[in-house]
Amino acid sequence: MARPRKRKEIFALGNEAVVEGALLAGCSFYGGYPITPSSEIMEIMAARLPLTEDGVFIQLEDEIASMGAIIGASLAGRKVLTATSGPGFSLMQENLGYAIMAETPMVLVNVMRGGPSTGLPTSPAQGDVQQARWGTHGDHPIIVLSASNVQECLDMTITAFNMAEKYRTPVILLLDEVTAHTREKIEIPNPGEFEVFSRTVPSMPPEWYKPYEETVRGVPPMPPLGSGYRFHVTGLVHDRNGFPTQRPEEIVELLERLHRKIDQFFYDIQLVDTIETADADVVVIAYGSVARSAELAVRQARENGVRAGLLKLKTLFPYPRRQTEKVLAHARTLVVPEMNMGQMSREVKRVNMGRASVRTINRIDGQIVTPSEILKVIMQG
Amino acid sequence: MNEITGNEIIHQYLRHNKKFPHVLCAGCGHGIVLGTLIRAIHTLAIPKDDVVIVAGIGCSGRLAVYVDFNTVHTTHGRALTFATGIKMANPKLNVICIMGDGDALSIGGNHLIHAARRNIGVTALILNNNIYGMTGGQSSPATPEGSTTMTNPYGQLDASFDTVALARGAGANYVARGTVFHVKRLEKIMVEAISRPGFSVVEAITPCHTQYGRKNRYKTPVDMYKWLKKAAVPIDRYEEMTEEQRTDRLPIGVFVAEDRSGFEERYLSLQAQMRAKGGK
Ligand SMILES: Cc1ncc(C[n+]2csc(CCOP(=O)(O)OP(=O)(O)O)c2C)c(N)n1
Ligand code: SF4
Ligand SMILES: [Mg+2]
Repeated sequence: MARPRKRKEIFALGNEAVVEGALLAGCSFYGGYPITPSSEIMEIMAARLPLTEDGVFIQLEDEIASMGAIIGASLAGRKVLTATSGPGFSLMQENLGYAIMAETPMVLVNVMRGGPSTGLPTSPAQGDVQQARWGTHGDHPIIVLSASNVQECLDMTITAFNMAEKYRTPVILLLDEVTAHTREKIEIPNPGEFEVFSRTVPSMPPEWYKPYEETVRGVPPMPPLGSGYRFHVTGLVHDRNGFPTQRPEEIVELLERLHRKIDQFFYDIQLVDTIETADADVVVIAYGSVARSAELAVRQARENGVRAGLLKLKTLFPYPRRQTEKVLAHARTLVVPEMNMGQMSREVKRVNMGRASVRTINRIDGQIVTPSEILKVIMQG
Repeated sequence: MNEITGNEIIHQYLRHNKKFPHVLCAGCGHGIVLGTLIRAIHTLAIPKDDVVIVAGIGCSGRLAVYVDFNTVHTTHGRALTFATGIKMANPKLNVICIMGDGDALSIGGNHLIHAARRNIGVTALILNNNIYGMTGGQSSPATPEGSTTMTNPYGQLDASFDTVALARGAGANYVARGTVFHVKRLEKIMVEAISRPGFSVVEAITPCHTQYGRKNRYKTPVDMYKWLKKAAVPIDRYEEMTEEQRTDRLPIGVFVAEDRSGFEERYLSLQAQMRAKGGK
């Protein structure tokens, strides 16, 4: 048997790892506007993309333009990325909804900092969780992922691109300032060691192509602009041909398909890591940098004789209900530590429906949640 | 080219699977602009597959759906940002934006000046009807001072933008103004705008009788076309006029015509240089 090829190791910031992941996933277009604490992603892309064969980097006049540019580039066939933080994320919301409606693959990294408004530019927070879910107007599905360490920044960026392409949808990767600015050793996977998914393009002749036709997966094939399949793209509710419609049955058909194409693949989309949850009485549910503190707290609790476990959320939305149900089979207590006033705990409580007692730990002072804070609550049972 | 052949050409470019009738009011000038655009593309013999029409939101933005090109109907004011991404992603495409005056000068004003500064290889058609047509006749940044609109019922106080001066000041490579009364001239301008490198801005003055004209001293749509006929004067004649003669007159023609290469071309040559130097 061939020995597995040694992986290249680098010492990288979370933000650098995002760039590595994006390039491995086939990203060839970055459009953005600088903002702390996400700017390194943009700066490294500015240095790297022009050295690649067809990579495009462009600095736009604002975050609204950044979104417009990457959506345009995605329609033209590119895998596209932008990165931002709170204020910029707010400006991106309208075009984010457009990308959902026009089924345009794209990845948006939001490195969360303290808010609201200009808030705490250099301090960590997790205050944009519900905005990521519901920030753009109207009923819509969305995929929101997160990462808790630098290696995961790389891995989850690849996952984000794959999901965006597979489901023809924007994917948001939520990081926090701590994860983005932590420097640690990571492994760069070799080609072939990870999946790279690219959008399905139509194979039928252009005259048969209906751009928004129902398919088994609910995801219609997507040709790049200029490839012979001329069609209409719009943010208006549209029929199968892409033309605006106000007919109730066509409205429902479109909106239901947009939801169904995500909903029927929960098993593929909802990613979690479980640590010591199999027999746990107390389960911590955490994500982002807080999950690292939680892991340490869980191990210390075990040393102290408490059956504690960690459910680490790598997918925040659609919320991993099934995995939560699983720990609820035996957990008496759920602990949800977050750097916000309780945004993910709302989802946990919704699934819990009063079964276990839900303890929240909330920090909004620009400081991380420490292992000892979490341990204290675990030990209270 | 006589009238009949002109129409035949237009029919080759309409989407016949799109359910007509269209949304425009009788007397609306937007359709005339679309007609000139189609004929300009036909004159240049650009294959339909190579044309991307990127439209904003408004009555003007609705034009995209009727034509058999690659068409992208975007968000209000943001057409140029999508167009910038499309052009950078695939510089071979001919990217043409259709925007209203509210679209391009108000909500999208920042994108207009930066597209011009960047000199991205996109053609920006601004259909200026001096009003927000689609939303029912509110003021736009191109509504003339003193006009009556739904949001300035006692008369518009603020001055209106001069699109040409704005585009020129921001650095556009080609800047022209025409009207839907002077169709042949507008068509010639469009041919030139599309074939130039870099960023081209074409302001087409077009009447909206429904939301602007009838509330402002134009009894019928025909009165608005008469106004265009009278108000528009070629640049050279305008230059010779006295300040007094210029009142209520609008210079039309080509104001800027340069050959500076577009941002996408400059990016590609930088990329080639950097790669030759040893990037991989
Ligand atoms: C973000 C946003 N704000 C407001 C609107 C409502 N809206 C739609 S079209 C329009 C103005 C259109 O005027 P103009 O651009 O001049 O185009 P016209 O209809 O006159 O051709 C407005 C304000 C919108 N669609 N999106
Ligand atoms: S409202 Fe004005 S701009 Fe809109 S279609 Fe009618 S005439 Fe044209
Ligand atoms: Mg208008």
